[in-house]
Amino acid sequence: MLLQIYEPGQTPLPHENEQGLAVGIDLGTTNTVVALARDQKAEIVRDARGSGLVPSVVAYIDGADPLVGEMARRQLLDRPEIVVSSIKRLMGRGAADLARLGGQLPYELGAAAEGGMARLKIGARLLTPVEISADILRAVKERAELALGRNVDRAVVTVPAYFDDAARTATRDAARLAGLEVLRLVAEPTAAALAYGLDSKSEGVFAIYDLGGGTFDFSLLRLEKGVFQVLATGGDAALGGDDFDHAVAAKFLAERGGEFSRDEVKQALATARLAKECVSSQDPWEGELMLDAGDSSHSLTRAELEKLIEPLVARTLKIAAGVLEDAGVKPEAIDGTVLVGGSTRVPLVRAKVEEFFGKKPLADINPDEVVAVGAALQAEALTAGSDTLLLDVLPLSLGLETMGGIVEKIVERNTPIPVARGQDFTTYQDGQTAMSFHVVQGEREMADQTRSLARFELDGIPPMVAGAARIRVRFAVDADGLLSVSAEESTTGRQARVEVKPSYGLTEDEMADMLRASIDNAEADMERRLLTEARVEARRAINALEAALAVDADLLSEAERATIAAAQETLERAMSKSDRASIQGAAEALEQGTKFFAERRMDRGIRKALAGRNVAEIGG
Amino acid sequence: MQITPLATDADSARPAAAFGACWSCRGPVAAAALFCATCKAIQPPQPLDHFARLGLAPGFDIQVPVLDQLYFGFQRQLHPDRFANAAPRARQISQSQAVAFNDAYETLKSPLARATYLLALRGLPIDGEGSHTIRDMELLDDQLERREKLHEAPDAAAVEKLAVAARSDAAACLGEISAAFAAGNLAAARLATLRLKYLDKFADEARNRRALLALKSEPA
Repeated sequence: MLLQIYEPGQTPLPHENEQGLAVGIDLGTTNTVVALARDQKAEIVRDARGSGLVPSVVAYIDGADPLVGEMARRQLLDRPEIVVSSIKRLMGRGAADLARLGGQLPYELGAAAEGGMARLKIGARLLTPVEISADILRAVKERAELALGRNVDRAVVTVPAYFDDAARTATRDAARLAGLEVLRLVAEPTAAALAYGLDSKSEGVFAIYDLGGGTFDFSLLRLEKGVFQVLATGGDAALGGDDFDHAVAAKFLAERGGEFSRDEVKQALATARLAKECVSSQDPWEGELMLDAGDSSHSLTRAELEKLIEPLVARTLKIAAGVLEDAGVKPEAIDGTVLVGGSTRVPLVRAKVEEFFGKKPLADINPDEVVAVGAALQAEALTAGSDTLLLDVLPLSLGLETMGGIVEKIVERNTPIPVARGQDFTTYQDGQTAMSFHVVQGEREMADQTRSLARFELDGIPPMVAGAARIRVRFAVDADGLLSVSAEESTTGRQARVEVKPSYGLTEDEMADMLRASIDNAEADMERRLLTEARVEARRAINALEAALAVDADLLSEAERATIAAAQETLERAMSKSDRASIQGAAEALEQGTKFFAERRMDRGIRKALAGRNVAEIGG
Repeated sequence: MQITPLATDADSARPAAAFGACWSCRGPVAAAALFCATCKAIQPPQPLDHFARLGLAPGFDIQVPVLDQLYFGFQRQLHPDRFANAAPRARQISQSQAVAFNDAYETLKSPLARATYLLALRGLPIDGEGSHTIRDMELLDDQLERREKLHEAPDAAAVEKLAVAARSDAAACLGEISAAFAAGNLAAARLATLRLKYLDKFADEARNRRALLALKSEPA
């Protein structure tokens, strides 16, 4: 079934209090795809021509709203200076990282944001990768709203399994800027497995080979009775079809000879991409490279392409072999291999994967759409409930830099998330009152070879002799794979608080400013969310009270019951309106007004326990 | 990234009474209950050992498929994905529960971690102070000898041969550990566990070494 598209202006206005839809979004390097699931059937949101792929390309024309998708891509050859593509490769990268890549980047870098996040200079604008990704997400959100005729306000957004904490945080921030509440960040290969597993009801150990435009992921999952357990994962957050394009563009430019501007490189990449896609069906490809300085003719045979990309494909298989070794699984023990990502259409990739695993890989679900399908299924599972369960892992070890720049790992890679781990540290000088920490992510032993996530200082440590203080640092990774760190001095029980300055990202203030600037009604949006939260909390309080009354109502007099019922009704009335303060006030009043009831229930519990009744009967 | 208070630590500090008050309906709830029998609210994790948390008898010999099924069963009920629409406090508790069960599962799944944990539980930790004996020194010598051979190994095949030998010795260790625990001989269990620890570490080193040799042998 094709989803109905409404003409602009004819869209039925979403009701103010209506709960919006929750969609799945695959925010890809090359394309972005959005899907909606109902009754465990996911449907891709398509345009009038049936295409579900929105090119992840944004064009910034001065004085106009950003153009996203096909319209933006069309600007690429004529006005490369205002067009941004493959922005996903820069997500979570600090300004210092990008300056290092400077020469290879087809963008001009501007002054970094306060928190250290890099900014690109595009026309008259200065934009962070987060803002550019938010423009893409906003465009697909609007597209989905037009197609579905409903407000879309929540999403499961997928990220490469191998994305580090900085890149995951950047993705979540981009969704927030686009006015989407992120229900969960799900790893792309895991989402693909969900789409396949639910479709085929398969069981066993599956390898997901996901080669996208800019990222490579390889995950090993066990599927069993609705449980999707990630055994191990690995990848390269900067290896994908884009690299194939770069190799082909380098060949064309070398054939032309000379020096090329940033914009000419962008034009050459667009032509290389076209040649790469065509050569699978039309060998050899022949065409023109049109640059401002003049045109030149080039050709590409399939054999030439394969020779260019062979080392890149070999790199992916080396990563796959490492993941199998991590999990202690032999290639022949794998029940199935699934191909995900547009770059797995390249015949050489298919052939090499088949050779490595010794069996034909599955690709029956469109490899460009399968991740969005899985994301949509998970969005439905999170909002409507489900029997399936995703158990994912931390892709890269987390640690702290210690003396001599050596990394002490606190949480090892492939640990199931959520996870919390603590480690004790001590002072090394008499009377030391402060300690600084450097949080890093990666597998290398030296801190300068890993990803720096944050630096913070714990001060207010009571002066003691060296080695006497116990400073407990605690790492907690939530189900989205996002890290939070706390530290406290524990011998005195005195909590010394810490402050973190993310070295890669945006400060809270910058984020707040962007939210205000980017969402037309950011304040209203925030208020709506708080209102929903207050209603959920009030509903919980009423349900708990009703459950208590069902067993212990005899502890109350007629008059007491009437008072409680009145307080409950006040709360129910407040909930049906949209005044958050009055909901919270009524909920607080109900909580206070039933305190004596709770105490009587506890007394009854104690009396029963003392009377030798089996405690299991009480709590059961 | 942000800094947050130590929420779950406070949760686990609850007294191990037979029952306490449910945070949601404030009525009595059994200390070991995952959910309140009255209002169905999810309850915070209790300070339990990993075996008790998963409902297993403490011991070295466990059936991994049984462990998997128990773990999946608990995560199906407690994982944060089940509480995406719940009240904030319930979401937070679900995360602490999932963390506690992941920790228990990870520890018991790996034979080395399981043996190490069991020894600590029985009061004979492998890295305890003053616990190093002459036999430990013999182990260290063995480890040094293996390492020396590893660094002298000329190619990936030679490294693999050493790794295979270490893996087979490790398998033998598992049998020793199991027998020692079964016989109640903790000192023997501790020694075999230490051996297993060294052998596991050696296998890791062999893997790194092999990767390094493979890198060198590749044409530049």
